[in-house]
Amino acid sequence: MSEPVTFLARAEALVGTHEANAIDNGARTLLKKRDAVAADFPIMEELRDRARAIRLHALNNLDRLLAHFADRVEEQGGVVHFAGDAEEARSIIAAILDETSSKLVVKSKSMVSEEIELNDHLQSRGVEVVETDLGEYIVQLAGDTPSHIIAPVLHMTRQDVGGLFEDQLDVDYTDDPTELNQIARDHLREQFLRADAGISGVNLAVSESGSVVIVTNEGNGRLTTTAPRVHIALMGMERIVSRWEDAAVVLEVLAKSATGQRLSVYTNVITGPRRPEDNDGPEQVHVVIIDNGRSEILAGETAEILACIRCGACLNVCPVFRSVGGHAYGTVYSGPVGSVVTPGLHGMEPWWELPYASTLCGACEEVCPIRIQIPSMLLKLRQRAASEGRLPGWLEKGMTRYTRTATTPEKWRRAKKWAFWLTAPMSSRGWIRRIPGPGRGWTDYRDFPRPAKESFGEWWRLKRGS
Amino acid sequence: MQGSQVQLFVTCLVDALAPQVGRSTLAALESAGCDVAFPEGQTCCGQPAFNVGLNDRAREMAEHTLDVLDGSEGPVVLPSGSCTEMIVHHYPQLFAGTDREEQAKRVAGRTRELSQFLADQENPPPAGCAGCTVAYHYSCHGLRGLGLDTTADALLDGVDRVPLEGDRECCGFGGLFSVEMPAVSAAIMDEKLDRVLASGADVLVGSDISCLMHLEGGLRRRGAETKVKHIAELLGAADDV
Repeated sequence: MSEPVTFLARAEALVGTHEANAIDNGARTLLKKRDAVAADFPIMEELRDRARAIRLHALNNLDRLLAHFADRVEEQGGVVHFAGDAEEARSIIAAILDETSSKLVVKSKSMVSEEIELNDHLQSRGVEVVETDLGEYIVQLAGDTPSHIIAPVLHMTRQDVGGLFEDQLDVDYTDDPTELNQIARDHLREQFLRADAGISGVNLAVSESGSVVIVTNEGNGRLTTTAPRVHIALMGMERIVSRWEDAAVVLEVLAKSATGQRLSVYTNVITGPRRPEDNDGPEQVHVVIIDNGRSEILAGETAEILACIRCGACLNVCPVFRSVGGHAYGTVYSGPVGSVVTPGLHGMEPWWELPYASTLCGACEEVCPIRIQIPSMLLKLRQRAASEGRLPGWLEKGMTRYTRTATTPEKWRRAKKWAFWLTAPMSSRGWIRRIPGPGRGWTDYRDFPRPAKESFGEWWRLKRGS
Repeated sequence: MQGSQVQLFVTCLVDALAPQVGRSTLAALESAGCDVAFPEGQTCCGQPAFNVGLNDRAREMAEHTLDVLDGSEGPVVLPSGSCTEMIVHHYPQLFAGTDREEQAKRVAGRTRELSQFLADQENPPPAGCAGCTVAYHYSCHGLRGLGLDTTADALLDGVDRVPLEGDRECCGFGGLFSVEMPAVSAAIMDEKLDRVLASGADVLVGSDISCLMHLEGGLRRRGAETKVKHIAELLGAADDV
């Protein structure tokens, strides 16, 4: 039996820090924008129902949609690769870069590339990789990891970014967002023009036309996918819908839930490489479809989590996420969705404790544009963890004793009396300031009420009993 | 008084840690004209085991509770949104496909949270908190689990309510989460307590003793003056029964 250390240790180190405060402020700002646009959009609830139906339909027909998608991509002159796991995905991408003699790669934001740890792999092979999403660019400069699935530097304030740019880019300190943006833009523009290949994520693939859709707010996605000779799009195998009218619904709820925008600023649709009549565009388009544990999730009790469209709203609304931030979760997918996805993708060991990093308050399910039943799935994963014997001994043994007491009324009656008398030495005026043993976690932060001398059941027996 | 029969399930925490809330609940139900019975042998609904994933243990406690409650007459009323949700939503899931399924559904169908039950009565008791201002915290399982977003408001109509920022956000309790991940639980609690203090309320009121003892324990640790009361204590006086 292993002890729950990873999330807990990281979380305890992060609580109350500058980083956690920045996360709380940033997440609340995103959430306010989401709530405002949702309240202002009369058919939001109906759209959510439709988006849910669309995504569940896609999951139920995944093999068919992917096969059709692949055929359509190849008809347009693109190339589709299927990767079973992260290593295969990295090899495929490295091979494409080798074959096209690509030495400099620009990237727009891709969570899947973080999932497969692509940058380190490519850099170790001598490929220079430059992140072009402003947030990811900052993460890369800082040698950090993303703390939020749509806002990678939610854990940094603009003052932090100003300091970083001053240190790393040899510019004068500023914390003006427009100026910071311009500094990044100046540094990136040259890379776009020199780059051999562009690597992007995929927000949504559309099966009927063989298109990939990439939404951004900065325009970097458009440059990444058009300026270099080669475009490689990475997608999780679940990220697909059947038709364009489905895509429209999903993009509507995505932008609103993620950033409170009616629609993202740039919605790029890529259907194959440059055609003879096109003015620009890459000579080659490769789509790498990545499984990496998704088939296993699809076959299990948490399959519905694959309907997620990565808007991040469940992170913004989660009291646990807001208190600690994404770095506490140990992988690229954080917050409530991450606590379901990560054990699914990477196994219960050591990720089984993530489903316990929740108060089960239900705010995630309430805000999710796809109405994914995240709390139920957290409970299912907890059941799995418990049945695999992963819970700490005190909890499992304690619960067995408690159950024996709670199913024997006479024992229950006596236990209440003992609880009162046994807590006498540690109590003062009806409250306990320090509980020994595993209960210490409570009294490290708050007082605990002393069990009553006369329980309600006892009172009833004496005063009302027949 | 011969009113309609109601079965009172006080919950384990009220029974052992806050019996005055049980007596207030009884007083509130009786002043609404109910004939209250207290099914003998009641203990814990099993939620603590269910929430950590120990479903076999949860099932044992649920079976015990079902046997205690089934066969009695009238609605089962609990002064807790969380335990009500356990019985209403999770019992039928726990026993799906077993010979207990019908029993679980039968009991679930009769079970109501206190504010939900009282707001439905013809003459609910008036809430009293003379000379004090009240902030109300909506506990998550009643609010989002059972959809009870207005029942407490209706009952608290007569008291001097003050706005509480984030009153529908989690307090950080989360059952055994509060002990397993205490630093995180307390960080969420601290934000809530800052807001409670900023509201200027004399009394913080809620419908779940679990969240309330966590918040009261935190307020005490800060040395704050704010009182904490279960909504039942505003609706009925423990000394009247």
